[in-house]
Amino acid sequence: MTDAAPTAEASATTLDARFPGAVTPDTRAGYSGYLVAPDKLIEVATAVRDEMGYDYLSSVTGVDYLADGKLEAVYHFYKTSGGTALTLKAQTPRDNPVIPSLVPLYPGADFQEREAYDMYGIRFAGHPNLKRILMWEGFGGWPLRKDWKEAYYEQDTKPFDSRWPGGHFRRSEEKSPFGHNVSFADGFTPEGWVSEAEAAQYPDISELQTGNGRGLHTDKIVVNLGPQHPSTHGVFRMVVTLDGETIVDLHPVMGYLHRNHEKIGERNTWLQNMPFTDRLDYLSSMSNNLGYALAVEKLQKVKVPERAEYIRVLMAELTRICNHMWAVGFLLNDLGAFFTPALYAIRERELILDFFEATAGSRMMCNYMRFGGVARDIPEKMRDENTMDFVNDMVFNRLPKAIDDLDEYLTENEIIRSRCIGVGVLPPEQAIAYSACGPLLRASNVPYDIRRAEPYSIYDRFDFKVCTRPNGDIYDRYLIRMDEMRESVKICQQVLRDMPIGGEIMAGKPAYNVRVPAGEAYGRVDGPKGELGYYIVSTGKANAYRYHVRAPSFINLTVLGELCKGAKVADVVVILGSIDIVLGETDR
Amino acid sequence: MYGLGMIKGFWVTLKHFVNSYTEDVQWLGRNYIDPEKLRLRQSSKGKGLFTIQYPNEKLEVPERFRYIPFLIYEEKDGKQEDRCTSCGICAKVCPPQCIWIVRTDDPVTKRPVPAPKEFYIDTDICMNCGYCAEFCPFDAIKMDHNYELASYDRTSAHVYDKAKLSKPLSYYASIRPTDYEAEEKARAEEEAKKAAKKAAAAKKE
Repeated sequence: MTDAAPTAEASATTLDARFPGAVTPDTRAGYSGYLVAPDKLIEVATAVRDEMGYDYLSSVTGVDYLADGKLEAVYHFYKTSGGTALTLKAQTPRDNPVIPSLVPLYPGADFQEREAYDMYGIRFAGHPNLKRILMWEGFGGWPLRKDWKEAYYEQDTKPFDSRWPGGHFRRSEEKSPFGHNVSFADGFTPEGWVSEAEAAQYPDISELQTGNGRGLHTDKIVVNLGPQHPSTHGVFRMVVTLDGETIVDLHPVMGYLHRNHEKIGERNTWLQNMPFTDRLDYLSSMSNNLGYALAVEKLQKVKVPERAEYIRVLMAELTRICNHMWAVGFLLNDLGAFFTPALYAIRERELILDFFEATAGSRMMCNYMRFGGVARDIPEKMRDENTMDFVNDMVFNRLPKAIDDLDEYLTENEIIRSRCIGVGVLPPEQAIAYSACGPLLRASNVPYDIRRAEPYSIYDRFDFKVCTRPNGDIYDRYLIRMDEMRESVKICQQVLRDMPIGGEIMAGKPAYNVRVPAGEAYGRVDGPKGELGYYIVSTGKANAYRYHVRAPSFINLTVLGELCKGAKVADVVVILGSIDIVLGETDR
Repeated sequence: MYGLGMIKGFWVTLKHFVNSYTEDVQWLGRNYIDPEKLRLRQSSKGKGLFTIQYPNEKLEVPERFRYIPFLIYEEKDGKQEDRCTSCGICAKVCPPQCIWIVRTDDPVTKRPVPAPKEFYIDTDICMNCGYCAEFCPFDAIKMDHNYELASYDRTSAHVYDKAKLSKPLSYYASIRPTDYEAEEKARAEEEAKKAAKKAAAAKKE
C-alpha cells in the first residue's frame, strides 16, 4: 500500500519533465498517456513504481499499427490506493520488435507479456520464460497482427458480402482449413515434429534425481494434472514436479480453449461483439457485457439513462452472487465434499438465472447490455407473478437466508478449517506485485475494489463495504466470497429501493451500425472474478481496430505456481479452486 | 467443542433432506403431474426438490426466451405472405454471420423485389443472440421457443431453409403474446397516422 502517493495530476506533469527525450505525451487524437522509448522503459517503470506509487500493473498488451510499421506495447498502471490509470506505451519496429520485459519489476506482467509475444511476436528482452502461452509451439505466425489471416478467412470485417443479397449458402468446412490459410513456423514438418514446448515443460532427468540426505535414493516425479481433469474446472493443465507428496514446482499450461476471441472481436462490428463477451466468463455474462459497454461508452461519451444504470448494477451484482455461489460450491467439491454443498449453493443461483432468462431471454448468454443502456426493460410478469415482487422476495428474503444457511453449513466445519487455514497463503505485497485481482487480492488484505477505487456506472451512490480478510489463505478466500455476497445483496436492496419506475432504458434509438469516435479507451469493472478490463482502439469505423480483454482468470493464474510451492498434491486442487477461474476467459 | 461445526452442518443437511419430502407429502405426489405444482417447485417459494425430471417434466420457458430464429408469414386470402422483404439487416447484424439471403429479382425489369427468394440459417453457427429479431424493421424474424433440435445428421438437418423457417403469425402470437400485442398496437397506430395524413392531403387537394 502506498499512502503518501502523489496525485495523478502531479505525476502527469513530472513524467515527461523527468525523462526529457525518453517520455513524450501521446498526442494522437483520442489517445492519452505517454510514449516511452523502449530502451528507457525499465528506468521509467521503476520511477513510476517507486516514486509515483503506481504499484499495480493492471494490463499489458500489444497493438499492431500496420500502416506505421510499428508494434506498440500498452501498459496500464494503477495505484492500489485508488485513482485513474497511468498509461505508458512503447513502440518498436514491426520487423524486429524488441521491448524490455517488466517482469523483474512487476512479476504480474509474466503471462501478459507471454501473451503479447504469442499474439504479436513482440520479444520481451529479459523475460524469464518467453514462450507461446495460448498457441502451440509449432504454430507459425502472429495471430493478432493485422496482416495475419485465420483459417476460413473470408473478409477483414463483418458483415461479409457473401451473405446478402446473393447469399447462396455454402458450408465453410467445405473449404479446407489446411489449404492456404494455415502456416507453420519455418522448418516445421508436421510429421516429424516433437513438441519442444512439451519437452520443455519437464525438467531434466538428472535434476529430478535427488537423495533425501540420509543415504536413501529418491526421485522427484513429474505429474500432469489435467488437461482432462474434473478438478481443473475445464481444460487446464498443471505440470507438477513432486518430491513425495510435496509440490516443488508447478507450471500452468493453458490455451486448450483458445479461439482468438480478440481477433474475432476485431472482425466484428462494435455491436456484434456484445454476445461474444458473454462467452468469456460464461458464468457471469452480465458483468462481461457491462465492462464492454462501459469501454465503448467511454469513447462515445453517451449518458446512460437512470433506470438503465440501476438495472445494470442490479444485474451485475446478482451475477456476482451467482458466481460466488458457484465458486464456493465448487471449492467444496475440490475439497472432496462432492456436490452436496455445490447443489445447495447453485439452487439459489437457479432463481437468479430465471430472472435473467425472463428479462434478457437467456440464462447464461444474456447479451443484455447495449451501448447507452440495456436491451429491454424488466418484464412485468414472470411465471404469472409480478417480476418485481419476485426480485424483491429473492433479494430481501431468500438470498440473505440462503447465504446464512451456507454460512452455517460450512464456515465452522472442522474439516474445511483444517484443510484451508494457512494453506496457499498469498501475502499482500506479493498479491499486488503479481497483479492479482478481485477476491484473491482482497482476501490478502488489500482493500482494492474498482467499484470504490475508480467508481464506474453509479456505484458511488451505494453504501457498501470493501471486504478484506487478513490472512490471504484459502479459508479467507472462501470467507471473502461470503462477505461479498452479503455486500452484493445490500447493493441490490439499495437498487430496488432507489430504482426509478418507468422511464428510458436506452440513450437514443437502438442502432445496429454503431460508429465509435476514433481513439482508445480502457474500460474496467470489478467483475466477480476480479478486474475485467477492455482495451479498445477505434479508428472511427464500424469495427474495432484493437480489442483486448484483460481477463482476471488468466492473470490470477500468474501467481498459482508460487502459491502451490511447498503445498501437498491435494492442496493444489483446492488452491486452484480458491482462485476461481473460468477457462472461457483464461484462454479466450 | 471439536466437531460442533460439523454437527451444525449436518443439521442443515437434515433440514434440506426433510424439506425434500414435505412437498411430496403435502401434494401427495401430484407435484410430479400437475404443471401448476411443477412451477411452484422451481419458484422462489419452493422449499423441496428443485430439479425436474427432463424430458418427462419440462420447465416452461419465459416469453422472452430465445432460441433459433424463425420467419413469420401472414395468411391473407388463403395465401401465405412473407413479412420478410429481404432487406438484409438481419444478415448484416448477425454476429456469427449465419444468415444467408438471396434477394428476388424481377425477371423482366431485373429490379429487386421485396421478398426473399432463398433464406438460410445455419443453426450450427447461430449463437441465439436475438439481434436479428431485435433489429428487424418489419417484425418478420423472431426468436423461437423450441429448443429440442437434436437430429441424427448434422450435414443435412442443421441448415434451415425458408420452408423450414417459416411459421404462421398465429404461432408467434401464441409464444410471445405480450410482444405480439405491443407490436400490433404500434402497427395499428402507425396505419391510423398514415390514413390521417392521407385524408389531410386529400382534403388539401
